[in-house]
Amino acid sequence: MSLHLTDVTLTYPDGDSRLTALDGVTLEVPGGSITAVVGPSGSGKSSLLAVAATLIAPDRGTVAVDGTTTTGMTRADLAGLRRQKIGIVFQQPNLLPSLTAAEQLQVMARIDGRPPAKARARAMELLDAVGLADRAGRRPHQLSGGQRQRVNIARALMNDPTVLLVDEPTSALDHERGAAVVDLITRLTHRQAAATVLVTHDRAHLTAVDRVAEMHDGRLRLPSAAR
Amino acid sequence: MPAPGAAAEGGGTPFSLGFPLVSSERAGRTVFVAWRDLKFAKGRFALMGAVIVLITLLVGLLSGLTAGLGRQNVSAITSLPADAIAFAAPDEGGELSYADSTVTERQWRRWARTPGVSGAEPLGITTTKAATGERSTGVSVFGVRSGSALAPGGDRLGSGLDGDAAVLSATAAHDLGLAVGDAFTLAGRRATVAAVSGDAFFSHTPVVWTGLGLWREITPPAGGADGPAATVIALNTTSAADVEAADRAAGTRTVARDDSLSAIGSYASENGSLQLMRGFLFVISALVVGAFFTVWTIQRSGDIAVLKALGASTATLLGDALGQALVLLAGGTLIGTGAAAAAGSLLSGMDVPFLLTPATVLVPAAVMTALGALGAVLSIRRITSVDPLTALGSAR
Repeated sequence: MSLHLTDVTLTYPDGDSRLTALDGVTLEVPGGSITAVVGPSGSGKSSLLAVAATLIAPDRGTVAVDGTTTTGMTRADLAGLRRQKIGIVFQQPNLLPSLTAAEQLQVMARIDGRPPAKARARAMELLDAVGLADRAGRRPHQLSGGQRQRVNIARALMNDPTVLLVDEPTSALDHERGAAVVDLITRLTHRQAAATVLVTHDRAHLTAVDRVAEMHDGRLRLPSAAR
Repeated sequence: MPAPGAAAEGGGTPFSLGFPLVSSERAGRTVFVAWRDLKFAKGRFALMGAVIVLITLLVGLLSGLTAGLGRQNVSAITSLPADAIAFAAPDEGGELSYADSTVTERQWRRWARTPGVSGAEPLGITTTKAATGERSTGVSVFGVRSGSALAPGGDRLGSGLDGDAAVLSATAAHDLGLAVGDAFTLAGRRATVAAVSGDAFFSHTPVVWTGLGLWREITPPAGGADGPAATVIALNTTSAADVEAADRAAGTRTVARDDSLSAIGSYASENGSLQLMRGFLFVISALVVGAFFTVWTIQRSGDIAVLKALGASTATLLGDALGQALVLLAGGTLIGTGAAAAAGSLLSGMDVPFLLTPATVLVPAAVMTALGALGAVLSIRRITSVDPLTALGSAR
């Protein structure tokens, strides 16, 4: 149960040349631990997350999710891998407007073909874990920003992912709510034994993470222990 | 943590890496989001549904009217107990026409003795005025030999078509206020109602059946010196008949009975116009549905990107969107068809030539649904090009 990036290089076209977003990045995140990746805007944090999430293939290097190397996999296979092994917590909650909080979670089980009854029970269990059991029937516009972000987190855990990728979860929250969200992610990571990568530019809430890696110009510097 | 594939608790065919392929759960997955979108965006879908209802209603009414008008044009021909119609051969480059054709007795007798022809009956057709003391109306007079099977009721009524006897269609009898035994005039010639049978029409006029003798009296002289004339010859042929050779020998041109309908001038132009309108409505319907789902898909492309990023397969998302389109189309078409059937039954009770049959109601509905689905399929294809990467970052 781990995420393993080995010598990953990613470039984007930039006019007549190519811009290097990730430059030989190697990162191993064991299950049950959180690695925070910090760095300024444009340092490659989001690219790292996109590669780890199998949403973009690196030019060079390998990505292994729970021992499965993604190189050469088809788009359908990658989608299957994301469904079952990877949970993504988006920067914005990205909740579907027509679904209730519980349905935001159930849709994860539905697209994976899981039985509806078990999906409902699991969704309620997770909503309870993030303190939103009493908001299960509310749609996104009926929830506060912090509540939406907690639904976002619970959704990412719905299919019991091996790897949890968290993209700037506190960027739209005030300090208190941001701290609560990071604390929640930490607790759930340990409970689910997930390998969690937390990308953030905000160092204020990093006391609870296992280690902090710094991105700078596409290069990753490991690690400086945070606790 | 579950092992790869363990998440497929409900079963499923494993594929590479042990992840479940689309399986029996597909039905459960497909319209989960789509159904909730339908309920959530009620206003938008209600508007679109109303458009589908109105177009279906219009298509249904137009179909019933087309069929009704068509029946008023051709029912006397389509109900003839014949499989082919022989016309006088037109001039080179000319087209067949019931209005212009005149066949002679020689031609009829030539056809009657042609091997493989089991029946050849001369049929005279002319449009004229029928009148009683107070009423008059335009009618199509169909002249047949006495005892001919062409007359309504076959030999039973046809055997009485001698002298001034006439068999009136129900509408002709109603318009003229006539009953059996009553006298009336056809183009000024006296006739007597021998029977009222059927409700045949030709070129939008009710049909009056007479003997060939009376028909010739009321028809302007035509044909040559080789015998009394009729308009066409109604044929019953077998596979043994060499129709082309018989045409050459008799100086006629023979076509299948239903193909002869285009020789009714008003039918060809009227039916063509109405079918064109109906065709355009089908195309417009497909375009409107396609345009709606194009806009809808663009509007929810952010949600699609999120679902893809979370692992939804493109096939699942396409099935979801198509299911949504089919629910909308089926609902709209069903209501529109019901409204068309209700309006049609009202119109049928009036003097409107509206034909309400499964073919005029259900077939247009099926075509509407199929073309609408085609429009939806073409528009939701763009789901395949939505990049899940856009779900990351602050772009949304």
